[in-house]
Amino acid sequence: MSVFSSLILVLVFAALAYAGGLAGSSRWFMGVILPYTAILVFLGGLSYRVLRWAKSPVPFHIPTTCGQQKSLPWLKWSWLENPQSKGGVLLRMALEVLLFRSLFRNSRAQFLDGPRLRYGEEKFLWLSALAFHWSLLIILIRHLRFFVSPVPRFVMGLEAVDGFFQVSAPQLLVTDVVILAALLFLLQRRLRNPQVRYISLFTDYFALFLLLGIAFSGVLMRYFFRVDLERVKEVALGLVTFSPTVPAGVGPLFFVHLTLVSLLLIYFPFSKLVHMGGIFLSPTRNLANDSRVKRHVNPWDYPVKVHTYAEWEEEFHDKIKAAGLPLERE
Amino acid sequence: MRDRVWIVAGLLLFLAVITYPFWHGVEARATSQPPVLVLPAHEKECVAPISYMRTSHMKLLLDWRNSVVRNDQRKYVSYDGKVYDMSLTGTCMKCHEKKGFCDRCHEYAGVGTPYCWNCHVDPALAEVKRP
Ligand code: HEC
Ligand code: HEC
Ligand code: HEC
Ligand code: HEM
Repeated sequence: MSVFSSLILVLVFAALAYAGGLAGSSRWFMGVILPYTAILVFLGGLSYRVLRWAKSPVPFHIPTTCGQQKSLPWLKWSWLENPQSKGGVLLRMALEVLLFRSLFRNSRAQFLDGPRLRYGEEKFLWLSALAFHWSLLIILIRHLRFFVSPVPRFVMGLEAVDGFFQVSAPQLLVTDVVILAALLFLLQRRLRNPQVRYISLFTDYFALFLLLGIAFSGVLMRYFFRVDLERVKEVALGLVTFSPTVPAGVGPLFFVHLTLVSLLLIYFPFSKLVHMGGIFLSPTRNLANDSRVKRHVNPWDYPVKVHTYAEWEEEFHDKIKAAGLPLERE
Repeated sequence: MRDRVWIVAGLLLFLAVITYPFWHGVEARATSQPPVLVLPAHEKECVAPISYMRTSHMKLLLDWRNSVVRNDQRKYVSYDGKVYDMSLTGTCMKCHEKKGFCDRCHEYAGVGTPYCWNCHVDPALAEVKRP
């Protein structure tokens, strides 16, 4: 059910944006008000969530990673998985963020005839997640050409590398193919694998469909139903220089793209997508396992009000004595 | 967490990077003014309606190329009935110049220099270079 409701929701948003792009009055809303709202909600919401995480107490070190802690010299220490220093943590975190190392360990349980349970490797999730995220990053950097004038060198260079195959005009960009393929793979994985499908929620599908909608509308705009990029750049530069304009002659498809992007940004802080910030705050990734080297005192320890036996005995000294009970101190 | 300083520093760094277009726009005093293109002095109409040319001139060029190279068809009848020779150098560049027109707009839009210029030339530029 949640598959269809999320798909329909994205399609409805896209249709509304398309219809609004044709009419005059709602273009100001979609081209100015919605994007500004989206940027504010995105930056504010993400900061709020990160600061909330920063406030939550982590009194103890959490060394539970799947590698051997540094110990006696004849025990093989897994230095990357279980680092003891800040530098090691930095390396582990960098590899996690850039290469998704822990996803690489992903495995799959299968029932074979017998019935036999088999655990096998499953690398395609890791591969497609990596392909998707890297394409997304490259696409976002390439999009700077709309928002920055004059266009920086590295953006041009990246675009040239991306169009390496020099197929057609406008040039086919490799990341466009990769991001669509990766998203479609991730979607079919949720739908085809019964276990994954069982645990998939509305938010899982909604994020996928939203991203697919954005990528599809972008690809349509680039290769099939061209829009006037000069006008698009006027809109984008108007937004970042706080002198917003929505010139006539921007195609309605652009508003579909922009509206879906704005919705994604608004949805971001409230959904699982904040893992973008959360990954940096994962205790099993960002804490050095130095509990054998350094003493960690719980910083939240406060002086507890206690009533010791000695004090108690003193208080009731006379009564105890009168009852003839033994005393520790006379 | 104990590392609040690090977290806040990381967050601020992220915010600084992600708002790059905003502060760059302010710093460079960027405006949303499109570039001024050098238009042909002696002509009023392009080979296709202006709205089509603005968005899809590269598609037209590829259609022309395929037509010439694959089908040996070199005549193009435009929307207003004029007949053109399908040629990048011979037709487009007769009315337009590379530097003040194609390049200026491409720089603004971040297209770079299309690789077509590796082989095709703007005759005006070629003549200047000739000794
Ligand atoms: C009004 C601005 C403008 C003018 C003038 C202009 N172009 Fe373009 N051109 C563009 C834009 C924008 C793109 C990129 C489209 C995209 O990235 O989706 C482009 C793309 C191209 C491409 C495809 C390049 C690629 O790598 O994708 C070719 C070829 C091209 N233009 C040729 C020309 C020629 C030749 C001229 C001069 C006669 C010219 N253009 C003038 C805006 C312009
Ligand atoms: C490797 C060199 C090379 C490159 C790069 C190249 N062309 Fe060509 N092009 C040719 C040759 C050779 C012809 C054939 C000329 C003829 O038969 O008149 C031609 C023909 C054409 C024609 C029709 C004939 C004419 O005189 O213009 C068009 C239009 C054209 N190319 C457009 C393009 C566009 C657009 C690009 C960039 C996307 C491009 N070409 C890139 C070599 C090249
Ligand atoms: C007969 C002369 C002529 C020829 C040939 C010609 N153009 Fe044009 N072109 C013009 C004129 C004049 C304009 C401006 C039209 C206007 O402003 O209404 C123009 C406008 C354009 C624009 C839009 C510029 C803008 O203001 O956004 C592009 C892009 C363009 N031409 C590309 C080409 C390409 C590519 C070719 C070759 C396929 C070509 N032109 C052939 C005369 C010509
Ligand atoms: C999450 C953010 C975004 C994603 C994932 C995204 C994705 C894409 C993709 C995959 C394409 C296909 C062509 C290409 O790769 O260059 C594209 C094109 C495009 N996008 Fe976006 N986009 C995003 C945000 C934006 C924003 C904010 C704008 C507003 C200016 C925008 C405007 C465009 C335009 C005008 C094109 C057509 C480019 C062309 O014709 O060459 N996009 N987008």
